Amino acid sequence: MKTKLKKVTIIAEKLLRDPLVDLLRKHGATGWSISAVEGEGSRQNSTSDFEGRNVQIEAIVSDTNCDSIMEDIAKNYFEDWAIITYSSDVEVLRGNKYLGP
Amino acid sequence: MNLLAENLVSPVVLCFLLGIIAKIIKSDLSVPEPIYQGLSIYLLLAIGLKGGASLTTTPVSQLAAPAIMTFFMGCLTAVSAFFLISKLGKLDRMNSSAIAAHYGSVSVVTFLAAMEAVKRSGMDYEGYLPALVAVLEVPGIIVALLFAQSQSNRGSWKTALHEVITGKSIVLLVGGLAIGAACGPQKLVDVNPFFVTAFKGALCIFLLELGLIAGKRLGDVRNAGWRLIALGCFIPLFHGVIGVTAAILIGFSPGGAAIFGIMVGSASYIAAPAAVRIALPKANPGYYLTLALGITFPFNLAFGIPILQKTSILLHEIL
Repeated sequence: MKTKLKKVTIIAEKLLRDPLVDLLRKHGATGWSISAVEGEGSRQNSTSDFEGRNVQIEAIVSDTNCDSIMEDIAKNYFEDWAIITYSSDVEVLRGNKYLGP
Repeated sequence: MNLLAENLVSPVVLCFLLGIIAKIIKSDLSVPEPIYQGLSIYLLLAIGLKGGASLTTTPVSQLAAPAIMTFFMGCLTAVSAFFLISKLGKLDRMNSSAIAAHYGSVSVVTFLAAMEAVKRSGMDYEGYLPALVAVLEVPGIIVALLFAQSQSNRGSWKTALHEVITGKSIVLLVGGLAIGAACGPQKLVDVNPFFVTAFKGALCIFLLELGLIAGKRLGDVRNAGWRLIALGCFIPLFHGVIGVTAAILIGFSPGGAAIFGIMVGSASYIAAPAAVRIALPKANPGYYLTLALGITFPFNLAFGIPILQKTSILLHEIL
């Protein structure tokens, strides 16, 4: 039986990896996947030289958690950091697994 | 002049140049990130071990004065870089403080290149210098960030400090020093084939990668404007001469004083940028990375090292 949930994706400079994981945890995400990605954005990616590649973090969460995660990121990081975030609809099995206790 | 040519035609400098050229001609050459990271671990640990072993043969009383001097140099260079950049470079407080953090700290690779250059010219130097690199790494960053403290929040400050103090360069350098000091030269004989014999070769590959990164920044250098370019060459010499003079006054050998001067004049681009990015996210990396990596590092590699070596020899005769 499939459940509809949200997948939130964040792509950011590597230095933000740990703070972003904390942020996800705070907003009730029960798991996430992180990969190293390359790319360029409107900020010309000028910090990647010393930090290495950017990180892409993905988590599957409920609709409300997805909104609060994205709002928190917008509030704290959009102004000064190279970061983007977007969400998409996904269908998963074992939906409860993603909703936490 | 001889020293200048001698320094330019060395594997380390030429590998750096090769990296720049590869970037300019748009070669597909790149050093894979894990190799670059692995090499930086190797280099930091290797100099830590070597410096640690020489600590066992240096009495503590002989170390105190150089260590205290190094600490003050770190603070002094951060302050002077801040005022030079804000007054002559005409940058705002935030960006001046960000740049000052880089000049207050030390570039380990510049230190290594200076050590190789001094060794090549047959001069002796103090074996405990790597311990001073560890002392020089942190205070300058803290002092420089104080200038911008009012403009950043405290939370990011704590993270930034944590980043510098627990960053890999301090952990490996201080850890290597401790291991080297605990084991002493005899017990390190077993690991020397790996850490000593291959050292210069590894440094060459590391420099190749830095050349590639610096090559990528060439465009930014053009945008930096003549004021910053001039300061990027002047500050390392200015700080370098202060460092050399202080080192000779407290009794360093000419070779050791030259290396010390280069350390003091160098700009960090591993520890400082990460700390600055966290503490001062509004400061423009285009300024501080370009100055540290695009201007000061190549300048030191090509000209700073031989000039300060010469200065050290001259001052040693006078003082």
